[in-house]
Amino acid sequence: MTAYILRRLLATIPVMVVVALFVFLLLHLTPGDPAAVIAGDDASPLDIEGVRRKLGLDRPLWEQFGIYVSNLLRGDLGTSIFSNLPVLTLVKQRLEPSLVLALSTLVLATAFAVPMGVLAAWKARTLIDRVVMGFSVLGFAVPVFLIGYLLIYIFAIELRWLPVQGYKPLALGIGETARSIALPAFALSMVYMALIARITRASMLEVLSQDYIRTAHAKGVAAVAVLLHHALKNAAVPIVTVIGIGLTLLISGVVITETVFNIPGLGRLTVDAILKRDYPIIQGLIILFAGVKVLANLLIDISYVFFDPRIRY
Amino acid sequence: MTAATLDAVVAAGPRKFDWVRRNPTIVIGSAILALFVVLALVAPWIANDPLSFDPLNRLKRPSSEFWFGTDQFGRDVYSRVVYGTRISLIVGASVAVIATAIGLVVGVLCGYYRRVDDIVMRVMDGLMAIPAILLAIALITLMKASLLIVIIAISIPEIPRVVRLVRSVVLTVRGLPYIEAAVASGTRGRIIMTRHILPTTVAPLIVQATYVCASAILIEAGLSFLGAGTPPEIPSWGNVISLGRAYFQISPWIIFFPGLMLAIAVLAINLVGDGLRDTLDPRIARRM
Repeated sequence: MTAYILRRLLATIPVMVVVALFVFLLLHLTPGDPAAVIAGDDASPLDIEGVRRKLGLDRPLWEQFGIYVSNLLRGDLGTSIFSNLPVLTLVKQRLEPSLVLALSTLVLATAFAVPMGVLAAWKARTLIDRVVMGFSVLGFAVPVFLIGYLLIYIFAIELRWLPVQGYKPLALGIGETARSIALPAFALSMVYMALIARITRASMLEVLSQDYIRTAHAKGVAAVAVLLHHALKNAAVPIVTVIGIGLTLLISGVVITETVFNIPGLGRLTVDAILKRDYPIIQGLIILFAGVKVLANLLIDISYVFFDPRIRY
Repeated sequence: MTAATLDAVVAAGPRKFDWVRRNPTIVIGSAILALFVVLALVAPWIANDPLSFDPLNRLKRPSSEFWFGTDQFGRDVYSRVVYGTRISLIVGASVAVIATAIGLVVGVLCGYYRRVDDIVMRVMDGLMAIPAILLAIALITLMKASLLIVIIAISIPEIPRVVRLVRSVVLTVRGLPYIEAAVASGTRGRIIMTRHILPTTVAPLIVQATYVCASAILIEAGLSFLGAGTPPEIPSWGNVISLGRAYFQISPWIIFFPGLMLAIAVLAINLVGDGLRDTLDPRIARRM
C-alpha cells in the first residue's frame, strides 16, 4: 500500500511538470513580446523594459523555466503585476469563500444525487427512473448562470428568503455563511448532481443484476439493507471515480458561480485578473487547481481499497 | 398473436416512421437543432440590427414590439439572441471539428506507435489536469480576443478527451487477428492505420463530437460571461448575459432569454449525442 502511494505520488510529478511547462510556454509562444503583452496596451517602452527586467524575461528560455520551477517548489506561485503582491498571498485572502462553496456543493450534490441514482436503479423503467434521468439530462444542459439567476429571482427577490448576493465569512457565524452560500451551492451542484446520479444509476443497475443480490433477497434480507449494504457498496467505485472527474467541472463552475453571486473568492480573483490582464495570477491559479485535482484523484484511487477489498495495491 | 393481426402487420409492410419511433431522442434533438440552424441562417430577415442603440427604449419589458425586451442601451434582446445563435453554432461546430480531427490523428498515432504513446499521453494527462475554462482564459488574456482565438482556446482542452477515446479504441482493435494478418502480409503501417484502424473509430468519434460541441457552446458562453470570451461587440449569448448582469434585478429578461436559448441548444445537442450513442455504439452506451 505504502509503495503504491509512493509510486502514485511520483507519477504526479510528470503531470505537474507538463502543467508548469504549458503555462510557462503559453506566455512565450503566443505571438508578440511577452513583456509587452503583460505590460498592457498603453505601456511605454520604459514600462515594457521594466516588466522584462522584473520577470527575468531577458534571460534564456531554459533558464527562465528553471527559475520558475524552483520558485514553484519553494511555494512561490509568482507575483501579481497589478498589485505587486505574491499570488499565494492573494490566493490565501480569497480561499475561504471558494473552499466553502466547493465543499458545500460537493456535499449537497452527493447527498442528493446518490439516493436519486439508487432510487432510479431500484425502480428502473418506472416514472421515478424517468424523472431522475430527465433531471440528469436537463442538469447537463442548463448553464450554471441561468440556474443561479433563476434561484436568485425566486428565493431572494420574489420570496425574500435568502440574500440576493454576497458572502458572509465563517467568522460571522456558520448560520450566516450557510444562508449566503445556500443558493450558489445549490446552483452549482445541479450539473454535478446530474453527473453523479447518472453514474450511480448505471453502476447500481449493473450490481443489482448480480447473483449475490438475488441470494440476499432470497435469504430474506430487507430490501433497504440489500440496496444499501450489498449493492451500493459494490457500486461505489465508479461513483467515487466520477466525483473525482467532476472536480474539474466544479472548479470551472466555482469561477462562474462566484461571478453570478458576487462572492469574493478565487473566481473573483480570476475575473479581476482577466480584466487587468494579470497573467501571473492566472498562471498561479492554473498550477494550484491542477495540483488540487491531481491530489484529489490520487486520494480517490487510494479510497478504492475501502470500498472494494479485492483491490490490492 | 392471432393469424389475422399478423397478416395485417405483414400487409402494412415496414412502417414509415419506425425509425423515428425507435430513436425519439435523435429526432427531437435534430429537429430543434435544425430550427436553430434556420434561425442562424435567416437572422438578417427575421431580426433587426443587433447593434443599433435606441436610447429612448432602454430596459423595456418584453412586449409585442420587443419580444424579449431591450437592454441598457435600448438594443433589442430578441435580435441579439437570434444573431447570437450564429456565434454559438459556429463555435460549437468548429471546436467539434478541430478537436476531433486533431484528437483522431494523435490518438491513432499513440495507439499504434508505443514510443509516441508514452510521451504524448503524459502531455495529455497534464492538459487534462487543467480546468478547461482556466486554460481558455489563460490563452485569451495573452492574445487579442477574437472569435478564432476563442475557438482555438476551447479546442485545446477538448483534445485530450478525444485522444484518450481514440487511443483506447485503437488499442483494442490492434490486438485483433485481422490486424495481425495485415501486418503478417506486409501491409505498411500507414495503410493499416488509415484503412483498417481508422474506420473503427468513426462511431465513437461521432458520439464524442456531439458532446464536445455541446460543451464548447457552454464554455464559450461561460467565457463571454466572465469577460474573457468573444469580443463584447459580438452579440454572443454569453456576451448578452454578461451585459445584463448589472441590471438583473430590474430587467431579468436580458439574462433569461439568451440563457434559455443556450440551455435548449445544449439540450438538443446532448439528446442527439445520447441517441447516437445508443444506436451507433451499444458498448459505450453500457459504459456510460
